Amino acid sequence: MNRSRETKALISIGIIGLVILFGAPHSLDLFSVISLTTAVSLAILALSLGLIWGFGGILCFGQTAFFGIGAYAYAIAALNFGGSTGAILAALIVAAASAALLGYFMFYGRLSDVYLAVITLTVTLILYSVIRRTSGPEYKIGIAKLGGFNGINVPPINYPWDATQFLYPEHVFYVAMVALLLAYFLCVWVTKSHFGRVSVSIRENELRSELLGYDVRLYKLCMFTIGGAIAGLAGIMFANSIGRITPDVFNLYNAALAIIWVIIGGRGTLIGPVLGALVLFYMTSFLGQQSVVNINLFLGLVLIVFVLVVPKGIVPSLIQLWDQRRSRRMTARSAKKMRRRGRSRVKEAPVEE
Amino acid sequence: MRSNVVLETRSLSMHFGGVVAVDRVDFSLRENELRCLIGPNGAGKSTFFKCLTAQLRPTAGDVVIRDFNVTGSESHQVARMGIGIKTQVPNVFDGLDVEENIWLSASQSASAKRARVITSEVVERLELGEVRKSQLGSLAHGQRQLVELGMVLAGEPWLVILDEPTAGMTQDEVARTADVIREINQSATMIVVEHDMQFIRMIAQKVTVFHQGQILVEGNMDEISSDHRVREVYLGHRKSS
Amino acid sequence: MDLFAALVLQIIYGIANLVLISIGLAVIFGMMRVINLAHGEFLMLGGYSVVVATNNGVNIWVAMFILAPLIVGLIGLIVEWCLIRFLYGRMVDTLLATWGLSLFFIGLITTIFGAQTATTIAPPFGAITIGEYSSSGYELFLICIAVLMIILVYLLLRYTKLGLVARGTMQGADMAASLGVSTQRVYSTTFGIGAALTGLAGGLLAPITGILPTSGAIYIGKAFITVISGGTAILAGTASASVLLGAINGIVAFVIGPTMGEVALLLLAIVLLRLMPQGITGRFFKRSL
Repeated sequence: MNRSRETKALISIGIIGLVILFGAPHSLDLFSVISLTTAVSLAILALSLGLIWGFGGILCFGQTAFFGIGAYAYAIAALNFGGSTGAILAALIVAAASAALLGYFMFYGRLSDVYLAVITLTVTLILYSVIRRTSGPEYKIGIAKLGGFNGINVPPINYPWDATQFLYPEHVFYVAMVALLLAYFLCVWVTKSHFGRVSVSIRENELRSELLGYDVRLYKLCMFTIGGAIAGLAGIMFANSIGRITPDVFNLYNAALAIIWVIIGGRGTLIGPVLGALVLFYMTSFLGQQSVVNINLFLGLVLIVFVLVVPKGIVPSLIQLWDQRRSRRMTARSAKKMRRRGRSRVKEAPVEE
Repeated sequence: MRSNVVLETRSLSMHFGGVVAVDRVDFSLRENELRCLIGPNGAGKSTFFKCLTAQLRPTAGDVVIRDFNVTGSESHQVARMGIGIKTQVPNVFDGLDVEENIWLSASQSASAKRARVITSEVVERLELGEVRKSQLGSLAHGQRQLVELGMVLAGEPWLVILDEPTAGMTQDEVARTADVIREINQSATMIVVEHDMQFIRMIAQKVTVFHQGQILVEGNMDEISSDHRVREVYLGHRKSS
Repeated sequence: MDLFAALVLQIIYGIANLVLISIGLAVIFGMMRVINLAHGEFLMLGGYSVVVATNNGVNIWVAMFILAPLIVGLIGLIVEWCLIRFLYGRMVDTLLATWGLSLFFIGLITTIFGAQTATTIAPPFGAITIGEYSSSGYELFLICIAVLMIILVYLLLRYTKLGLVARGTMQGADMAASLGVSTQRVYSTTFGIGAALTGLAGGLLAPITGILPTSGAIYIGKAFITVISGGTAILAGTASASVLLGAINGIVAFVIGPTMGEVALLLLAIVLLRLMPQGITGRFFKRSL
């Protein structure tokens, strides 16, 4: 994609984002706004995976681990601090630090793609199984009980530094949507930076990056940590939109969804996973309501079909189709021009024996 | 004499299980040399190359570069010392274009502004202007080798180690590469591992012949070609052309 | 003393459990480097075969030793034929596609049987007593089966023609192909056998855990960790990894609790992989089966 086209696309995305930000609470009913807030928080999770996988080449099957850690850390911190402002910061730090710790072991051990995927998946599954069993009152951090499979009630988010003023649901939506826009443009900036470009090169050919002098392990670690922080942010928004956080955030189904969003939306783009998450959120809500066929069946088939047939995902495939049509139109146009020129020349030149 | 040695190996050995690929090699390279490493397949040249570039950790012995013992370092640390490395199989960024490939090399050590300047210079020097925006994956093998050479140059290295730089190239490209290498040698020390004897003749000063993991003999091209041991082991019993 | 014996039995059972759930995956991974993310669902399907058959009057031993491996082995062959074979060499795509398969099976079973537990069946052996402590007789039985399975796979690999061909293909597929071996057929058969072993294990474990469509998820983490930590030698890898991980799991579970036992297992695996990225048999027991 050339520069000006990309800039135009980014501006359009920004404008659409702002329209949704200001327009949604006025044109949708309360329930839809809350729904949208949840969808937006999932979109931030998708964005984090889209960044580290699409651009960093890091295949993480357990991105929900940092999502859930962010959500739980927020709830626990908010209950302990008695307010949300510090809790948000604390949760982000905890999510990023967890990513950094896990990342250190994986990247400095030079684990291959496949092992990375399995280990990260196992981490999120272990979190699921461990936290599920924390029902007893003895399992608590500070004053916050972990609650086992029932989870924690998340205290509502309040205005900065004023724990008495809670945000209305529409305002929670504003916060989440702003978070999405900020996270999105932050990711765009990261991918355009030197760091981002080197990360892409590492994705392309790790050995060559190393031989150019780049410490591949460190780059991957930083990328993974950034992804973990953004996933943690998503978790914080999610906790606030639902009002309660349970160990289900860590489970296999949600871990798979994160991957599916990126595959369907388009690996290698940032907007693709975001759109994938939004579309699938509404689709799974809709399909989840009917009871003929279990939703896992549908999701599984979708994943298989995409891996086999549309591996690039929807957004890049659409871009490719668009490009092909454009170049066909251009070749058709220039062919027309050549034919016209050829015809006029034939008229002028005498016919030779 | 001693202070002029920029790279040396001391009793360098590389074992893979029971196989001894490199066997107690003592090698030394002086500043501004253009050294060619030759030897039949399996002689240990590529393994030796990988030990120099820290892609492999030697089983025993040391690699010393400019008086730093780099044995056991990571590859990127060696590269950061100002060493340009080109591998046997072209290792480039297939999904990125020529300019981006070269820029990534330049920007590792140079500032953003200088990196852009270096990139244009290298592109021009290697006559890659026409394909500068082409994806590496779509280029022919010989051109990819050339781009990789460009990536090596863009790092402005003082020591350049190339493993079979002309594999798969056309006659023209081989000649161009020989020119480039001679040019590079004016400001950098070089080690070239090669198979193509014609190419070696174009550039060789001192030649080191490997055989079964050890250095068989070292000398200039004439000495090597007339050495009967080399003939037996590498050139066969035919007279060299 | 009795407590010690009971504890040792627990730990050995933990190791045997890991062996049971991992050996099918190890066969497939050792042969084709395929990590089948639907492995947990193969276990689950084995479990469902046994539970449904037993509840419909089939003898439990027939269901466990004949029906479950047969059904899941067949499913494995179909899966290999329809999906896996298109993705050889593409490890990441295989992971993704088998994950899709896993979801598909969960969805399928939920649609057919509902999301609740299919009625559990009682273990065919009662408790046995060791002094003051009673342990499960069935667990002892499973320990024996695990050992038998290892012996069976060893005999298969070492002394049968199939095993020889399999080992040859594992060492060098191209070489084997040039000797006239249909590598495709070797892969299909291996996948089928791996699936059958897994179905057998799933069926055997059914009396111990209730079977839900989502039971598979409990197993895959442990099975993968064991196989990857073990490395590519099928038996030596599975055995060594199971012993190490199972022992730590058992000890920590006894001292602190079962949940921490699982955490310890994962942590140990991460450390092992950090030290030996190729798995245990990448460093030790290199040439073993």
